[in-house]
Amino acid sequence: MKPASFNYYRPSTLEETLQLLLDCGDEGKLIAGGQSLIPILNMRLSSLEHVIDINGLQELDYIRMEEGILKIGGLCRQRSLEKSPTVKEVAPLLSEAVPFIGHVQTRNRGTVGGSLVHADPTAEIPLSLLALNATAIIQSAEETREVPVEDFFITYLTTDIASTEMLTEIQIPVDALPKGYAFVEFSRRHGDFALVAVASLLDTDEDGTITAGRIAIGGVDAVPMLAHDAMDVLLGEKLTDALLEEAGNIAAENTDPESDLHASREYRQHLAKVFTKRAIRKAYERSQHKLGGGRNHDSGSQT
Amino acid sequence: MIQAAKHEKVLVSIRVNGKLYEEAVEPRKLLSDFLREECGLTGTHVGCEHGVCGACTVRVNGAAVRSCLMFAVQAADAEITTVEGLAHPGNRHPLLDALSECHGLQCGFCTPGILMSAAEFLEEHEEPTREQIKEMLSGHLCRCTGYKGIVEAIEKVAKSKRTGR
Repeated sequence: MKPASFNYYRPSTLEETLQLLLDCGDEGKLIAGGQSLIPILNMRLSSLEHVIDINGLQELDYIRMEEGILKIGGLCRQRSLEKSPTVKEVAPLLSEAVPFIGHVQTRNRGTVGGSLVHADPTAEIPLSLLALNATAIIQSAEETREVPVEDFFITYLTTDIASTEMLTEIQIPVDALPKGYAFVEFSRRHGDFALVAVASLLDTDEDGTITAGRIAIGGVDAVPMLAHDAMDVLLGEKLTDALLEEAGNIAAENTDPESDLHASREYRQHLAKVFTKRAIRKAYERSQHKLGGGRNHDSGSQT
Repeated sequence: MIQAAKHEKVLVSIRVNGKLYEEAVEPRKLLSDFLREECGLTGTHVGCEHGVCGACTVRVNGAAVRSCLMFAVQAADAEITTVEGLAHPGNRHPLLDALSECHGLQCGFCTPGILMSAAEFLEEHEEPTREQIKEMLSGHLCRCTGYKGIVEAIEKVAKSKRTGR
């Protein structure tokens, strides 16, 4: 058998789960879809004392709209997100991002909550939820907290979640979302970890002036980052090739990637620029389409 | 709540290809190993054992998943289909013949996993594009064929389902 032996618990209610987390303390580990955790256990990169399997908590597997907020249960499978007509309608950025995650065979099992708390800096769900200004609902036996995804990531694979807590829900306020969106990514092989991924959301007025937006970049730091400075130069302007170039340059300068065997720091920064430009242009064009005109401002050279 | 201490075995009952198997195993036993060792269903191949190669793909309640990325205990009460389930006498999946006719396999190591994914895929896609087939196959590594014959076999089955021939 591949993984080292562990104590196994399969609770059937949230209450039981939270009590187990409290009892197990630092030695307890939740397993949901297991598509990142089981490879680690199989290769014995890690061994666990207590494994708490939450796959029995069907109450946490849902996607629903409530008063302008898209609510996604922590145990919702990535494949359900990909297929959901509701998500496609109210948060199409997610529908565009999910097919980049692994393969259909891993998305059938992998969960939305599991990906967020695993916090891989190149992962699609943490990046998209950052761009979407989502909030994580975190529960322990003692309290329930709401943490904006923007404040959730600390460093590689590390989040603001204590060993006694679990992520139960993700909330996305969709009424206020910009109408233009884009998710673009570069990886060496299809389905592989991204070298760089960019999620963007933009709103424009009838003249094509950018009125609001968020740009998030993954794979260029220990946590997914918001490109605030690039966004600032776009606000109040119409998109021109020169402005797009400037925003791409600023975004890339603000990144701090590391070199490894997959790509050098310089190459990752280059990718950050190119893919930020693509994400901005695509979101911009879509936001113009949403206004009904379908006009295509300054779409000169392909970036 | 199901609970087991280290090295303690739990009774797991899983329905595989319509037949119920009941075995006491440790919770760390992978579903892929349960199928091969406890059920004797060695059609499910074990390649990388960390979810990359796709050889161990089986269907759990209809969904194609990696059986090396699940514990057997997690499949309790689920309906599993393995490659053996595609070859029931009198109920042979058309993919089996199509793969052989289109030269969609050589050594055959990757084939069981590909069959399980392709079977799910064909239920969801009546008129799949080549791109969609390749996207689905991206979760499977085949080092012999170059994939061309596999893509053609899947197209062939989709077409014959549509035309009834």
